This record gives sequence, C-alpha cells and structure tokens, in this order.
Amino acid sequence: MSQTTIDQSKVIKENVTVSRKMANKTAEILKVDPKDAKLSMAHIFVAFIALLLGGTAGLLQVLVRSGHFELPWGIGYYQVLTVHGVLLGLILTTFFIYGFQIAGVSRTSGTLTPKQRLICWIGFWTMTIGTAMSATMVLLNEASVLYTFYAPLQAHWIFYLGLALVVVGSWIGGLGQALRWMQWRKENPNQTSPLLSFMVVCNNLMWFVATIGVAVEVLFQLLPWSLGLVERIDILLSRTLFWSFGHALVYFWLLPAYMVWYVVVPKVIGGKIFSDALARLSFIMFVIFSIPVGLHHQLTEPGVDGSWKFLQVVLTMMVVIPSLLTAFSLFASFELRGRELGGKGLFSWFKKLPWGDARFFAPFMGMLIFIPGGAGGIVNASHQMNQLIHNTIWVTGHFHLTVATAVVLTFFGATYWLVPHLTGRTLTKQLNQLGIIQAIIWALGMTIMSSSMHIEGLLGAPRRSAFSDYGGAEIAKTWASYQVAQAVGGTLLFIGIIIFLFIFVKLCWFAPKGEEEFPIGTVAENAEKTPAILENFKIWIVILVALILIAYTFPIYDIIQNSPLGSKGYKLW
Amino acid sequence: MHLHKYEKYWLTFGVGSLIVFLLITGIMAFHNGSHPPSAKNTINHEKVDEIAPFNKPGVHKVSGKDWDYEVVVVASAFYYNPPELEVPVGSKVKFIATSKDVVHGFEISGTNVNMMLEPGYISEYTTTVDKTGEYLIVCNEYCGVGHAQMHSMLKVVDKK
Repeated sequence: MSQTTIDQSKVIKENVTVSRKMANKTAEILKVDPKDAKLSMAHIFVAFIALLLGGTAGLLQVLVRSGHFELPWGIGYYQVLTVHGVLLGLILTTFFIYGFQIAGVSRTSGTLTPKQRLICWIGFWTMTIGTAMSATMVLLNEASVLYTFYAPLQAHWIFYLGLALVVVGSWIGGLGQALRWMQWRKENPNQTSPLLSFMVVCNNLMWFVATIGVAVEVLFQLLPWSLGLVERIDILLSRTLFWSFGHALVYFWLLPAYMVWYVVVPKVIGGKIFSDALARLSFIMFVIFSIPVGLHHQLTEPGVDGSWKFLQVVLTMMVVIPSLLTAFSLFASFELRGRELGGKGLFSWFKKLPWGDARFFAPFMGMLIFIPGGAGGIVNASHQMNQLIHNTIWVTGHFHLTVATAVVLTFFGATYWLVPHLTGRTLTKQLNQLGIIQAIIWALGMTIMSSSMHIEGLLGAPRRSAFSDYGGAEIAKTWASYQVAQAVGGTLLFIGIIIFLFIFVKLCWFAPKGEEEFPIGTVAENAEKTPAILENFKIWIVILVALILIAYTFPIYDIIQNSPLGSKGYKLW
Repeated sequence: MHLHKYEKYWLTFGVGSLIVFLLITGIMAFHNGSHPPSAKNTINHEKVDEIAPFNKPGVHKVSGKDWDYEVVVVASAFYYNPPELEVPVGSKVKFIATSKDVVHGFEISGTNVNMMLEPGYISEYTTTVDKTGEYLIVCNEYCGVGHAQMHSMLKVVDKK
C-alpha cells in the first residue's frame, strides 16, 4: 500500500516538472487567433446591444415605480420588465460568457480547429436567431410573462421556441469550447490542463446538466400547450423543472466572474495564483452543488413536502464552502503581492494594490459587493427566514448585488483588456480613468438602489410590481421614499451603462492600435500540487447525477402522483 | 491535498458556523414544526366556488381544533375574496387559500405570512395574530396587468 503511494507521488512530481516545461512552451501562445477573436467579438456585440436595451428598460422601470412617471404610447410596465429580465438575465450574460470563454480557451488551450470554430459559430447563430424570435414576441406584447415565464400565463409559442433555441445553441457552442480542452488533454497526456480552460469546461458541464430541466419544461410542456396540441399543463411540475435550472443559472453567471478573479486578476496585480488545486476544487464543488438545490426558490409553495425542501436547503448551503475557499485564495493572492511590494503590518499591504488600474478596480468592487450579496443569499435560502422576504423587492435587491454588480462589474473590468486584445487596440490612460469612474458610479448607484430595495422588501413591498398605492394603505406609504431612492440609483446605473458603452465603442474602433495583454496568472512557486482526481470528470458527473436523483426523484414523483387538474392558458396582460 | 495552516483555521471556522446554522434551522423545522407553508391538498381550480371551504370565503370561528379561526380566501385576477378580513387579537388563525386562475401570492406585508397560491393546490399557514392593527395583504407574484392593484386588508382588532 505504502509502496503505491510513493510511486504515485513520484509520478505526480514528474508530472509537475513536465507541466512547468509545458508552461514555458504555452507562454508563447500569447495572442488569441484572429479568427477566434472574430467569433468571440460576435458574442460580445450581441451581449452589449442587450445591455443597452435591457438597461434602458431598467431605467424606465425604476422611473415608473417611483410614481412620478408614466410610460407613453400604451407600453406596459410588465412588457418592459420582461425585456429587462430576458435581455440582461439571459442574453447579456450568456453571450458575454461565451465570448469570454471562447477567447479564454483559445488563449490557454490553443487556437480552435476549423471544425471546433464552426461548431461555435453554429451555436452563436442558433442563439442569436432564438433571441430575435423571443424578442420580437416580447415587443409585439405577445409574451409579457417575465423571464421566468411561469404558466399558466401563456406566451406566444414563438417566444418559447426562441428560448429553446437559445438553450440548444448554448449546448452547441459549449461543446465547441469543451472539444478544444479535450484535444489539449489528448495531446498532453497525464498533465494538469490549463486552469482557465478547465474552469470553462466545468461551467459548460454544469450548464448542460442544469438546462436539461428547463429544456424538458419548454419542449414537452410549454410548446405543445401554447401550440394548442395539449389543453392543460401541470403547473407545479413546470415550476419545479424551471427551478431545477434557475439556481444553476446564477452559478453559470458567477463562475466566469470567478475565472477572472482566480486566473486574471492575480496577473493584473503582478502576483501569482495562490493555489491551482484550491481553484479547481472550488469549481468542482460549484458543479456538484449547483443543481439539486432549486426547491429553495419554492419554499413557500404548496404541494412539496417540507422535509424535501429542507434537504435542498442543506445542499444549497454547501456553496458556502467553495465561497470561503475562493475568498481565502483571492485575498491570499492580494496579500502576497502587497507584501512583495513592501507592504508591512497587518493591513498596509492592502494600500499597495494597483487601485488606479480599472482591470483590477472594477472586479475588486464586484468582489467587495459580493460579500453582502452572499450574506443576503443565506437569508433567502433559509428554510424559515425566507418567509419574511419571499417575493418581496428584497430579492430584487439581492440579485442586483450578486449578478448585476459582482458579476457585471467583473465583466466590465474584463472588457477593458479582452476587447482591445481581440481588436488589436490598447486601453489608453484616459479610457482606464473612465473605467475607474464607471466602476465608482456603478457601485454607488447600486448601493443606493439595492439598499433601498432590501429595506423596502423587509417592510413588505412586493417585487415585480408597477407603482401602486394599494388603496391608500398606511404601510404602502412607507414604501414610497425607497422607490424614489431606487429611481435615483437606477438613473446613476444608466449613466454607468452609457459610460461603459462609450469605452467599449472606443476599444472596438477608435483606440490606438497596439498589443493589449490577455492576462493569465501563473501559480505560486510553493503552491500545493494539483491532484489528478480533480480533472477526472467521470467521478464528478456520477456524484452530480446521484445528488440530483436523491434530491429530486421523490419530490417530482410526488408532484406527478398527486397532480390536480392541469391549467389552461391565460393571457392577462 | 494539503491545505495552508490559516486556510484550515478559516475553513474550520466557516464550516463550523455552517453546521451550527443548519442544526438550528433543522431543529426549528423538525422539532418546533416551523416548516414553510407546504400543504399538499389539491382541488379542481375551475370549481373552487362550489367546493368547501371555498364556497364560503371569510373568517370562521372553529372549535375543537388546534386553532381558533379559519380564514378562507379565494384569489383570482386581480382580487381577493373577501376584500377585507377581521380577526380578534391573540387568536390562533389558520389561513386557507387557493387560486381560481393563474399563480398568485398571498403576503401579509411586514409579517412572515407569505405563501404562493397555485391553481389546483390549497395553501395553508397557521399563526397567532398578536398585535392589533391593519395589515395589508398583497399579491407578490406577477399575475397580469392588474397585479399591483391586487390587495386586501386584514384587521386585527381588540376582543369584543
């Protein structure tokens, strides 16, 4: 027994030397291939068009809910809300993530083969056509069902088909990226694969498994029902399928931000990745605990037993562990670098960090705001505490801290090096300054908007609601000032979007030509070795599937077994 | 895999807190019976008006049960029936509600009475109303164009 252990450690040691040599070799692949760059930029363009339109919708919403503004030309509040949710929650995120991931795989595993690139292009066009179909139906007011599209509110079938195409397109594009990583593994047997590519594969794997639930909902429930092929639909089943996807969706947004935090930011500050093994371990934990947790979005629903809800609450909370790992690793990277630059004492290393660099400052503000975001998330997923804030505007405040700040500010920060790298231009000093100002405006606007949403939610104000005085009720009067504050914060955020898009346009077409680095960190010298088991996806897939079966088999069996008469469709907007 | 010393402290503290937190939540749920609303009775949502107790929405005093009052509410786009409820302070109340059409919410603002109403399912929650006052009931799930106008009022009054 001990003999094998020694042999194994020898093998691992040899592997490390080999991968160090390889690291020198791969360091030569500095530039993303122009054809891959074009593919990546196509995704990023769609993403930021969605940002402009979805952000405008957001501005209109906060203005309406302040009670001092009405939408012209008979445009409905909930139509605007659907535009906001679909474009920012689904389109901006998915397209930016794929643009970033394609560039990341190409940069760290090597240029895509023509076949892999073609697969990614097919995925891109499938998603784009799907987006256009759904968007058209929303604009025609045939689909004001919000981005969660809960039945029995029934949208036009083209809306559902469009969303299905977005999902299918994302499977195709995700496969294209994963194939490049598999090729690298084949060409470099027994070696630790490039960290960023590994993370991309984790995210795509999680996304693929998670979207199966929503794909079943759309293809087998919503589409036949909206086409009139079946008359009735099982409401609780459709909601449970949706939420088996809905929480993994938020990790799909978050993990690319974690990629930037783990792999890119250490390089930007001139430091090292604290530990390759810890980074991989936390990604694997995200994959495993992403899907069997959706019932925590359904805590106050009838028809599901409290004990099963509790089991999924426990599984949800497991995410605390990789989150703590991540927080530790990042701040360890920061501290090591700060001390290298001469920072002394308990905290003075902190001042040594490059606060004037937008590529660091924007993601850092995101990390900072992720702390209250995560804390609020623990409240939301708690078995009992959730009852006070469920479906109040507290929840809206929560995910505007997590996705709309931690994730989005990181995406903004990534844009400042990714886009010029891909377009062959450089981030000038002025644009960098503007990036810092943008991040400050964003953090300030979001602090104002999100805090007032949290407080108003604690006072009982519902989410997803147009302005109302609720028949002059006393408690509704206490909500009004917070709604005005949200309009102020929301306006600042809209200004933030305009500044950001100005920088983006400059980086695409007007900034001076040159070489902008795609920063990829290297692992600290004395970091722990990476155990090979972390790259053995077979094991993790088995655990993931087992957990999903444990958490969902009985509740879904029970829902189908006890299902009442199904529902016909309603169009109440 | 070997962890850094400080990382071990950090994780021990974090995971320890997590375990304590989950234990408290679990004891609350299984020992004190404090689960979120999870009733499992179903109903034909197209015939709600004919089926007891929803054929008589309103406040009913009951005896021989663990609670003193049953408050029966029927939700449909975009109102609650009845539009106003009155219960005496200090009484234990069981809220029983369902929807006739789409998904609605039933939230007594500023309290932990908060449940989803879904067509075909009966939602229930039992609580003691211990403070007098007027409590706004709002629909907190998007149900259509009149969603923000969907509300009613619970009046908790002094005992007569």
